[in-house]
Amino acid sequence: MAGSNKTNITPPRWLLAELTYACPLQCPYCANPVDYANYQAELDTEDWKRVLTQARKMGAVQLGFSGGEPLTRKDLPELVKHARDLGYYSNLITSGYGLTEEKIVQLKEAGLDHIQVSIQASTQELNDHIAGTTSFEHKKEVAHLVKKHGYPMVLCVVIHRENIHQMPEILAMAEELGADYLELANTQYYGWAHTNRDLLLPTKEQFEQAEQIAQAFKEKVAGKMKIYYVVPDFYEDRPKACMNGWGTTFLTIAPDGVALPCHSARELPGLDCPNVKDYSIDQIWNESKAFNFFRGYEWMKEPCSSCDEKEKDFGGCRCQAYLLTGDMYAADPVCSKSPNHHVIEEAIDSARAGALSDNEKPLIFRNSKNSRLLS
Amino acid sequence: MSINPDQAIKFSPLHRLQWEEAQQKDVILYPEGMVELNQSSAEILKMCDGARKLDQIIADLEQKFATTGLTNDITAFLEVALKNGWIQQN
Repeated sequence: MAGSNKTNITPPRWLLAELTYACPLQCPYCANPVDYANYQAELDTEDWKRVLTQARKMGAVQLGFSGGEPLTRKDLPELVKHARDLGYYSNLITSGYGLTEEKIVQLKEAGLDHIQVSIQASTQELNDHIAGTTSFEHKKEVAHLVKKHGYPMVLCVVIHRENIHQMPEILAMAEELGADYLELANTQYYGWAHTNRDLLLPTKEQFEQAEQIAQAFKEKVAGKMKIYYVVPDFYEDRPKACMNGWGTTFLTIAPDGVALPCHSARELPGLDCPNVKDYSIDQIWNESKAFNFFRGYEWMKEPCSSCDEKEKDFGGCRCQAYLLTGDMYAADPVCSKSPNHHVIEEAIDSARAGALSDNEKPLIFRNSKNSRLLS
Repeated sequence: MSINPDQAIKFSPLHRLQWEEAQQKDVILYPEGMVELNQSSAEILKMCDGARKLDQIIADLEQKFATTGLTNDITAFLEVALKNGWIQQN
C-alpha cells in the first residue's frame, strides 16, 4: 500500500461501525455524506465480524454501532454478540425508530452495554418536523424501556437554531425520562449540516444563553446525571482537537467498508481511503496512505507549524479546513490565528441575516432524493 | 459525598471493570468513555462486590498485600470513585 511507515503509531481505541446509510429519519444536520445515496453497497455479516475481531486484537475497546439507523440491519444482534464475546464495550447509537421492548431485551441478552437514543426537540411538533418522521412519543417510550431493562440511558439532543430556545424544556425532559447521561451536541457543520448551515447555526446570543442554562443545570444534577456538552466550535477562539489527533484513537468503517480516520474524511480529496475488503485493519491503521496522511506535525503549514499549541489541538479539523477554505492542510479557520478566520465570521453573519429575515429558505432534509440531487 | 462505613459497597452496574490485554491494565468502561486504572485503584474496585463494607475492604487489601496503614488512601480513592459513579452504596 502507499504511505510511509511511521514510528510511535498508537493503536485504535474507538471503532465506529457505520452499519448502513439507510435511515427512516431525515434530520437536516445528519453527519453522513451528502452524496450517501451513491454508496449503496453494504458489508455483510462476515465482513463486519472480521473487522470487529481484527480491531479488537489491536486494542480497540469502545465500539459504536451507528449509521444511518443501525436497527435496520437484521444481523445487529449477531454482531452485538460477537462484539461482547470479544470484550468490546458496545454502544448502540439509534434514533429509537422501530425499537421494541422485545428487541431491547434481545440486544441486552446478546451483550449490548448501552443504548443512546436521540430526541430532536422537547415537543412533538418540532421533533417530528426535524426528524421528518412521526417519532416523538415512541422515542420517549423507548427511553423508558432502555432504563427499565438496566442499560445506562443516554439521551442525545443535537442543538441548532430550530430547537435551541427549548433548552430549559429539553433539560426538564431529560430529567423526567431519568437519563443517566445527556449529550447536548451543538451541531458540527459537516455533511448535511454544512448544506443547511444558514438555517441551523444559532446566533451568538442564543448560544450564550443556552450554555448558561445548561451549565446551571449541570450543577443542579451533579451526581445524578452526567452532561456531555459538545462545544459549538464556530464561537470558540481555538479549534477542537479533532479525533484526538488523526489516526491516533478513532477508526470509522463506513457501510461499504471504506475505512476512515474520521466519519467525514470521505469528503477529503486524494486520501485513497482503503476498504476492509482489500486490507486487514492492521494494514489499514499502520500502513495506509489515508491513516498516515495527517499523523504527526510534518504536514502542517503556518500558522500551525510554529504554533505552541499544535500538540494540544493538532491544527483543528482537516475536514473543516477543507470545507471552508478549500485547503485541507490549512489551519482550521475556527482558530483566531488562521488567516482564513473571516470565513467563520461570514458564516455567522450570513446565518444571523437569515435568522432575522422573514422569508428564510426551507431546510433540505436528508433523504435519498435530495442526496441524488445534491451529488 | 462520602463513604458510609455501615453500608456495603458495590461496583456500579452501569459501568464495566475489565482487564485490557492490549494496554496491560484494568479499565472502567461506560457510555462513550474509558478510565485507565493503576494497579492499586483496580485492586480496590475489585473488592467492591456488594458484600464488603469499608472496613472489610481495607482489612482484606492490607492482608492481601501484607501491609498496614492503607485506610486513608483507600478511603480517599473510594470517595473519588463514589463521586464519579463507579461505585454505589445501598
